[in-house]
Order: sequence, then C-alpha cells, then structure tokens
Amino acid sequence: MIFQPAILALILAAVLSLAMLTGAFPFAVQVIRHWDVTSGSERQLMLERRTYLFSTLVAFVCLLQLFSTLLYVFTADKLAVMFVGAMCAVGSLNVNPFGFPTLYLQLSIFFLAAIWLVLNHADNQARDYPLVRIKYAYLIALWPFLAANLWLMLSYFLALKADVITSCCGSLFSEGSSALAAEISTLAPLPAMAIFFGGLLFAIGAAFWHWRLGGDFSGYLTTVGAASGFAAALIGILSFLSLYIYEHPHHHCPFCILQPEYGYLGYALYLPLFAATASGLAVGVLRLFSRRPSLISIIARLSARLAGFTAIVFLLFAVLSSLIVLRSRLYLFS
Amino acid sequence: MRTWIEKQLYLIDFALASLARKKAKHFGLLLLFAALVFVLASVSLYTHALRRETQSLLAASPEIVLQRLVAGRHDLIPPGYLERLGTIRGVQKIQPRLWGYYYDAVVKANYTFMVAPDMAIARGEIVVGPALMRARGLAPGNGVSFRSYTGELFTFIVGDVLPQASELVSADLVLMHEADFRAFFKYPEGHYTDVALSIANPQEVKNVAKKLLNQLPDSRPILREEVLRTYASLFDWREGLMLALLSAAILAFVIFAWDKAAGLSAEERREIGILKAIGWETGEVLSMKSWEAILIALAAFLVGYLAAYLHVFHQHAFLFEPVLKGWAVLYPRFALPPHIDGLQIATLFFFTVVPYVAATLVPIWRAATIDPDAAMRL
Amino acid sequence: MIELSGIRKVFNQGRHNEFCALSSIDLTIPAQRITVLKGPSGSGKTTLLTILGLLARPTEGRVKLLGEAVSGLPERFLTEIRRKTFGFVFQQFHLLRGLSALENVILPAYPLGLPRRELLAKGEALLARLRLDQRRNARIEWLSGGEQQRVAICRALINDPQVLIADEPTANLDTRLAKEFLAILESLAEEKRTIVLTSHDPLIVESSLCDRIVSMRDGRIIEIYDRR
Repeated sequence: MIFQPAILALILAAVLSLAMLTGAFPFAVQVIRHWDVTSGSERQLMLERRTYLFSTLVAFVCLLQLFSTLLYVFTADKLAVMFVGAMCAVGSLNVNPFGFPTLYLQLSIFFLAAIWLVLNHADNQARDYPLVRIKYAYLIALWPFLAANLWLMLSYFLALKADVITSCCGSLFSEGSSALAAEISTLAPLPAMAIFFGGLLFAIGAAFWHWRLGGDFSGYLTTVGAASGFAAALIGILSFLSLYIYEHPHHHCPFCILQPEYGYLGYALYLPLFAATASGLAVGVLRLFSRRPSLISIIARLSARLAGFTAIVFLLFAVLSSLIVLRSRLYLFS
Repeated sequence: MRTWIEKQLYLIDFALASLARKKAKHFGLLLLFAALVFVLASVSLYTHALRRETQSLLAASPEIVLQRLVAGRHDLIPPGYLERLGTIRGVQKIQPRLWGYYYDAVVKANYTFMVAPDMAIARGEIVVGPALMRARGLAPGNGVSFRSYTGELFTFIVGDVLPQASELVSADLVLMHEADFRAFFKYPEGHYTDVALSIANPQEVKNVAKKLLNQLPDSRPILREEVLRTYASLFDWREGLMLALLSAAILAFVIFAWDKAAGLSAEERREIGILKAIGWETGEVLSMKSWEAILIALAAFLVGYLAAYLHVFHQHAFLFEPVLKGWAVLYPRFALPPHIDGLQIATLFFFTVVPYVAATLVPIWRAATIDPDAAMRL
Repeated sequence: MIELSGIRKVFNQGRHNEFCALSSIDLTIPAQRITVLKGPSGSGKTTLLTILGLLARPTEGRVKLLGEAVSGLPERFLTEIRRKTFGFVFQQFHLLRGLSALENVILPAYPLGLPRRELLAKGEALLARLRLDQRRNARIEWLSGGEQQRVAICRALINDPQVLIADEPTANLDTRLAKEFLAILESLAEEKRTIVLTSHDPLIVESSLCDRIVSMRDGRIIEIYDRR
C-alpha cells in the first residue's frame, strides 16, 4: 500500500458512510415492521423523529460520495507518477483490477443516494408518508453497495505498490512490470459523435416531453434517456471531446480535463452531467409511485420539474461540448 | 426556490446570532478545531512544498545517470569506458562528472565537492553553498582551508556563493576547478565519478537505459523518473505517517466535538423547545443547527489553514522542521515557494470538517427532536 | 372551529410511571369566540391546550380543524398547519434572551421565508400597535414583565393566525397589567379571532368577554358553560 494522506481520507470517508448506514440498519427494520402513521403511540412518534436523522444521514452520504469520487480521481491522477508507464489517472486506475470498478461503484452510490433523496422529498410532502417502507427497504438495499465500495477501495489501495528504487541507490528500473494500458479503448470520432449527439438528443427529448406533457410512459423514457445520455456523454468525452480539449489527436484521458492546465473544464462538464443524470434517473423511479392517491399531484409536479431540470442541463452540456469542439484548434476532419 | 434561499438566510442569521450569544461555549471548540487544522495543514503544506521543490530541482537534472559497479559497489569510470558506448540514438549529450564527499571536522558536517562543467571557476577558487557560508562564516574573497584525506592542507579563495533559491540541494555544495578536485582527492587522471546522459524524448529513456545495460553490463543507469518516484513516495510516506500519528488527535477532537454538541445546556434546550412551539419544524431546527456546525467548521478551517500557511511559508515551519526535513547538520534555510494545491485542501477537509460534521449529526438531531409541547411544560 | 372527540392522552406509555393526563374529552371550540379552560393546577388544562393547538398528538381520539381531521398527521404537517393557524402566548412568555424585541417577534416567520423587508415592516407594525415601537431594538431582558408579555403577543400574531392560544396569561401580571391584557384581548376579539385561554384568575374567568367557560378536574371536563 502507498501511505498517502488522500488515500487515508478516502478510506475514512468510505468507512464513515458504511458506518452510518450500518447504524441505520436496525432502525430501517423497525420502520418496515412497525410503522403506523395513524397511531399516536410513543413508538410511532419515536420512529417519526428518527426519520429526520436518517434523511440527514443519507444526504450526508450522498454528498460525501460525490466529493470522494472527485478526490478518488485526483488521487489516482497524482499517483500516476509512482507507476512506470502511467501518465495520468487512467494508468494508475489500471494498475490493478480494482481501480475502475471502485470508481464505477462510487458513481453508482452517488446516483442511488440521489434517487433516494428525491423519493424522500416526494414522500415527505404526502401527509400519510406512503413510501416510508419502500424508502427504508431501499436503504437496506444500499448497504451492500457501500460495503462493496469499501472492500473494493481497500483492495485497490492495498495492492498498490510504487515502482521505487529499492536498495540504497540501487537501480531496478522495473523491467519486469508490463506497460500499463495507459489509454482506454475508444471509438473513431465520427461514429462517437453520432452516438454522443444522438444519445443527448434522446435524453433531452424524453425529458422535455415529460416536462411539458407528463405521464408515466414519458417518465420511464426520461430515465432510459438519462441513462443513455450519460453513457453517450462518457463515450463522447473519451472518444473525441478529450481530443479537442487537449488539442492532441491521441490523448483520450477523461480525467486530465479536471486539471488546472485545461481550465478545470472537467468540472463544467462532469458536475452538470452528474446532476442531470441523477435527476433524470429519479424521474422514472418517481413515476413508479404516481398512482398512490396521496402522491398523485406531488409526483406529477416533482417529476415534471426534475424532467425540466434534466432537459435544460443536458442541453447546456450539449451546447458546452459543441463549443469546445468548435473553438478547438484541433481538426479531426478536414 | 427563492423562498427556500430566503429561509436558509434566516436560519443562517439565527445560527450566527446564537453563536454570538454563546461565545464562551463555542470559542474553545473553535480554537481547538483551528489548532487541529493548523497542525495538519502545516504538515501537509510543508511536505507538499518540499516535494515540489525536489521535483523542480530534479527537472533540471539529467534523464539518466550512469554509474559503474564493481562487485556490486559504485566505482570510478575508467578511461576508455565511455568510448565503448559508441553512439546511442536519442542521446543528446554525454557528460562525465566528478564529485565526492568531504567531512569537515571543524563544523562536523559533510560537504559535496563537485566540478561544475558549465561554470568557469579559476584554479584555487571555490564557489560554496549558502549553508556552508553561514557555518564557516565566509564571504566572497575569504580564504578557507580544508585538510585533504591525505593530510595535506589546501587553501581556496571563495569566489562566489550560490543563490539562496535552490538551497535545499546546494546547501552543502562546494564547486571547484577540475585540476583542484583531482589534486585534493588524488583522483586518478582520466577517471570520472559517473556519467550524465541527456535524452531529448522522454519516451526513449527506457530504451536508452536498456541499450546501456546491453553494451556495458557492469554499469547501472539511474533514471530521473525513478528518483522522482522514490522521492514522491518518501514524502508521501512521511506525510501519511504524520497524519496517522495525528489521527489520535483527530479522534480525540471528534469525541470532544460530539460531547460538546450532545451536552446541551438547559438554556439551549429551552430555546429549541420555544422555537418548535412557535412553529419551527424539526427539519428547520436541524438545518439551523447544521448551519451552526458548518459555520464553526468553515471558520476553524479557514483560520487554521491561514495560520499554517503563514507558519510554513513565512516562518519556515519552525515547529516541524526537525521532524520532516531529516537530520542534516547543515540545515538548509530556505523559504519554500508558496503553493496551494486543491487535492491537498480537499484531503485536509476530509480529515477535519467531515469527521466534525459527522460527529455532530446525531447530537444535532437529538436536540432538534425535542417535543414542540415541551415549551408548555417548562 | 376545533372539534375534539374521545381525546385521551397518556404520558410514559407502558412504563412504570405511566400517567393519564386526559381522558374522554369531547369539546368544540367555537370560531370567533373566547373560550376559557379553568380548573386547578394538574387538572389537564395545559395538556388539553397543547392538543387543541396541535403542539402534541393525542394518544387516542380525533381532532378536527375546520372540519378536517388532523390528529393522525405526522409532526411535519401538524407544524405546517399550526404555524399558519395558531399563535401562542406562553405563561412564562418564553422569549429568547439576547435577541431584541423585534427579532423575537419575527422569529416564528423565519421558516416561511418571507422577504426580509416585508417581515420587518410587519413586526414593526405589530409592536407599534401594542405601544412597543420605542422598545423594538431593546434586548428582551431589559423589558418589564408587562412589556415582555406584549412582545409575546406580537410574536403570536406575526403569522396572522386565526386562533390565539394563551396559557395562564395573567398569572405573572399585577391587576393593572391584567386589565391591560383584557383590553388587548377585547381588541383581538373584535378582529374576529378565535381565542382559547387557560386561567383560574377570576378577573378573566368572570369577565364578560369570555363566551364559553370549560371547567376541568382530573383530566376530565366537568362543566361547559356558555355565556351567550
């Protein structure tokens, strides 16, 4: 293991998230078994009070995940100097098979927690709290994700070994270690562009449709659209957007754009992308409960607003990406 | 949305007023928190600055340094050795170097004697590093004597002093003319200490090193990249170790914060009861108390970080210098170039603010869920 | 305005110190009238007031507000309804020390997120109405008992509630101030507000202002007397 402060911080965050959810576990079981909103009994009052704590905890975990995802990428980027052949975060994440899965899992937990928060928000507006059991079952289902996250992260960091000079001044220039896959396999720019703009258009269209007209079908479609928009955006960043940003025809790294050399452009791309995807995903999940009597008007309003947000932010993302392509001094097509 | 923002502003307003009303209680916490941030940030800023300093120095060093080994030990490069190399593609320049160590019994310190190939130094003159200058009380034009390993006394005139900027490596440096060097150490003519190779294309470095090994099997090429990596992990390790040691302090602070947040005074309990009775909802009290915690955490972080910045970059990190720099007799006294790094701030944040907020969540919630009818029963 | 039926309130349920504060309460609070709950201390007046004012949920029974059942609602919604409908004046006033009179008055409106200028104007108007405009920036602990009560009344009125609830409003006042309070009460009644008080002060109970007097003992209602 490489003994590095940022690594310790990440492990601390993962442990903290898991500990919080573990603490919530027995309570979640209690809610599922004993919840009765019409009762004025002291147990019910206690359960209601506890729900405030757990929605705060999940919000905290959600934020923590978002920040630790960013910190994770940064750390990987900084670690690149430790490994022969690693130029940036991609290289260090490829050092062992746990690097990328940890990243994916971190992102999934962020999305899952965000969806929970949306459900919670809707539920808290309905006077009979109709989703309370579902919410707490969801919370229990989230636990394995956080446990797996901690396990993967530990596996990744514990297996890291810097290629350093070992004996006193002894040179071992690491001939044995195979070159790392420093780049991610990518698509050719033209088909990638088609997928990128196609996916985004689908996401924007579905979300716009739901925003203006509502309905369950368009809601589910918004979720599918957000997922495909997210995938398309990642493909686009890997295959051609990164090239235009670096103005280099072969550098495909999705992480270097977060660096100051590129004006922190990565944040302007990723943060809206994550926000739009999370809200788009939540729309369809909300629509699953659109027929609960106390939720009809609440969900109709909330899912439309989320879809509107999704459509606008995806649109901004598409505009920003197009601007990057247009303003770049790199020409992939003559 | 506007109502929401307006509401949060009211809550922040109230949180600030309530912090101001209970100065005594929060001041101690703030001070302790800031002290914790100060210590952690000092360690972090200091090691980061050192790391950057070595990196920028190494950036100017040759891509490969070639040494010769005899029986696994570093040995001199004999005459004719370099000719065996022939031409290797990609190598811009091959520069044999002469350097050695000298123990000065007067100040009980080791110096590095070196021949500077690209610096014109007259015979009998030397150029010294700033630390040595301070230790021996030298000034340009002074004479200084060294007793060589053979017992002979050599006297040199100090021609110049190296600039302060790169003091970390040049502190103990003595630069001299080649003939003086060979005479002082009785260094055999035509022999060299090692060879520096400059290579233009960084991608070629590994290939060149391989070829060197093929043609000169008794040689040992040291790559700059490897040295960088070794230094980086060394500094990381030191910083990580410091943090691990300090984690006990973080834990103690977290327990203190928990205790402080959990131990509501009767007055605070009464206030929250009143707020709830006059129409504040649990979630709103929770937000208000969270704002309180966030404001404290941010203020402490800011104060602690600022103090650490001043400590490291303006006061030469006088508190930690001996621990972090190592134990050389000739301390380099250098002002580290100020540098702030986003990753470093984020890491510090994770180590201080996150545990604090996490520790106060449960006590805050407990305070916020006081029954609204409690005020009636007071 | 408010209908209570079959109300029972038990504290420390299931524990050895279980205590039944109210049982089988059926009561209607008429709109735009002044209702007084009277009875010796420990008779359950204050507990009943907390249930009427939606500060607490009954263990059993139903509470209807303007025909809508509210007793089964979670605290979040109860609070929402309560802060729009009720204003409270507590026996000990319960003002926050260290804040000014004006700050205390506008405190209940913070969660509503009104524009600041509008809120301040509202608070100042209320203070002026109860002749406190000179004292609006004075810290609460510098005010006299009577002034403090008037600040507490202003605070209760800041969200323009339909119902004003006051617990033993004259317990801490001398006769002159108690009469002053009655005058304020009268002016509020003229604004068609519903008022519920607890009191055993003859000055209030025997006042002609009160429309309905509910006598309580040991957690039960023993008599309801309508003056008109």
